[in-house]
Amino acid sequence: MSLFGTTNTTTRFLQGNEACVEGALAAGCRFFGGYPITPSTEIAEGMAKRLPGLGGKFIQMEDEIAGLGAVIGASLAGVKSLTATSGPGFSLKQEHIGFAAMAEVPCVIINVQRGGPSTGLPTLPAQGDVMQARWGTHGDHPSIVLAPTSVKECFDLTIKAFNLSEKLRTPVILLSDEVIAHMREKIELPPTSALKIIDRKKPGFFVNKKNYKPYAAKDNEPPTMANYGEGFRFNVTGLIHDETGFPSSSPEITEKLIYRLHKKIEAAYKDIRGSEITLPQNCRAVILSYGSTFRTAKRAALDANIGYVKLTTIWPFPEQEIRELARKVDIIFVAEMNLGQLRLEVERVAGGLAKVIGINSVNGQLMKPRAIFEEIKSHGA
Amino acid sequence: MALRDISKYLRLDKFPHIWCPGCGNGIVMQSVLRGIDKLGLDQNKVAVISGIGCSSRAAGYLDFNTLHTTHGRALTFATGIKMAKPELTVIVLTGDGDCSAIGGNHLIHAARRNIDLNVVVFNNSIYGMTGGQFSPTTPLNDIAATAPFGNLDPPFDLCELTKAAGATYIARSTTYHATQISNFVIKAIQNKGFSFLDIITQCPVYYGRMNKIKDAVDMLKEQRDNARNIKQWSILSDEEKQGKFVIGELHNQPRPEYTESYQSLIERHIEKRQPSPKSEERETKSREE
Repeated sequence: MSLFGTTNTTTRFLQGNEACVEGALAAGCRFFGGYPITPSTEIAEGMAKRLPGLGGKFIQMEDEIAGLGAVIGASLAGVKSLTATSGPGFSLKQEHIGFAAMAEVPCVIINVQRGGPSTGLPTLPAQGDVMQARWGTHGDHPSIVLAPTSVKECFDLTIKAFNLSEKLRTPVILLSDEVIAHMREKIELPPTSALKIIDRKKPGFFVNKKNYKPYAAKDNEPPTMANYGEGFRFNVTGLIHDETGFPSSSPEITEKLIYRLHKKIEAAYKDIRGSEITLPQNCRAVILSYGSTFRTAKRAALDANIGYVKLTTIWPFPEQEIRELARKVDIIFVAEMNLGQLRLEVERVAGGLAKVIGINSVNGQLMKPRAIFEEIKSHGA
Repeated sequence: MALRDISKYLRLDKFPHIWCPGCGNGIVMQSVLRGIDKLGLDQNKVAVISGIGCSSRAAGYLDFNTLHTTHGRALTFATGIKMAKPELTVIVLTGDGDCSAIGGNHLIHAARRNIDLNVVVFNNSIYGMTGGQFSPTTPLNDIAATAPFGNLDPPFDLCELTKAAGATYIARSTTYHATQISNFVIKAIQNKGFSFLDIITQCPVYYGRMNKIKDAVDMLKEQRDNARNIKQWSILSDEEKQGKFVIGELHNQPRPEYTESYQSLIERHIEKRQPSPKSEERETKSREE
């Protein structure tokens, strides 16, 4: 089956998970490795159905860890690769998210959040994985985490996730949730010719294959990336490694590598960022939200006549934007389906410049605009 | 007979290797290279994947496309590589703990799929890198760092395990029988499907010392004395089998290979989507009618 229109806009009625499939295929993803888990299975099912017709490959692995292992392997062989999971599976993915970060292997992990901890609420929404997406794997590592608020954004941000992962040679996490994943909306898919698709930068034509250094790069850049089987024979490891890709425990090499992994992300912040601030004049209160909660928070904000902030990039956190916002307002409400994971980050960044108030729920239900509205009003905003 | 120079397959600038004096891992690694050399494989078209442990450091010393992965999970990465580029010869170097404890699930499922991976287990019956803890292949009652009073866990027979799981080529050898290893490597690579080589190797520093075997040479002699080829083995009584083990080609039964099956699925699927000229004709006709 071919992709949607190459020159025309196509109108479709899709659920969020299906839009992720369309986005991944449009981004050039041709490998999926995963394991069934609610509420993300439609992504695996969609990829299983669509990939063979496009010459791509799908494999259902024996567990979640194996799913991401296969994805990293396929990516090293030169194929853009995706896995999708939810809460308990995301816990298992952490080992290989760390490997992909350390070995700088592009890949995209979609986590359709459900209620936790543990098996929790398999079919109901939550946003409890915000901090796990940032810090779930061990060690100091950067994270790029995007969060869609609509079906269209599932499509757009899946493409963005692939583009960032290819450009920066890093795993990128798309943090969806059960509401966005299963909600159906009409969306306009742009013609493929109108999409900006980024592919990993390969070593230049004149690079000597014999003395190829797979991890040689400037201090704030990812290295170029050769694919396995194309004449560059190099080593990849999850150990701290030098420019040749060979293990090292030298303090200088260790520090240089860990700093570079962070700096390459910081240096690309303008490509990664995703925050929209809507602040009516003379408005002294604002509500910040992300994912499905943003939809209801926005409704409440419009009713209460306060500003609203949508984050589609959660990590790296938009520190400067939120600090500036804190200077302009008295109150920042943070609405999220957890007990205040991102509120802590807003508080840290606001540094006392504005009062930060959490509006939270952990009952497996999408927050209702009315409830948020009443919370806003109870604080006199 | 002079042995062929195989140094072109080594990243000599990465030597000396990390293995202890007397360790058998070098013999296994060399035997794998001799097999590859005999087949005359293009180094650019060989990928060597390893997990974590002493054995898994081998990949880094070899001049191929090499990948040193996470503990137990080499087979998952190897599966992705083979799926993405079936034209590559994929060899997985692993240890007994790596492939049969933490990676046991991946092992049986890769065997079940019959995906064309060639697994070489450096089976020294111990976790060497972490200091000599017992593994799933440590014999009953042997001493290990975490079995100071004798091992209570009955060991796996990895060849029986992978046979039951569906591997299509299985052989066992020892570092004493080094030339035999190379022959099995050749046959494993030639097998279109999941091939599994269980190579018994010696860890004199941890296993040998804790179990009062004097040195590496004594351990090799034990391999010689206790190994029985498959013909001899078949006529031994259960009593005579005590303390002995079988070596040789234990299983060779081809069946459809996974990436080939997937490729034919792709071809069928793409074909189905492209209407043949005849069916198009028919469509036009029916519309006209």
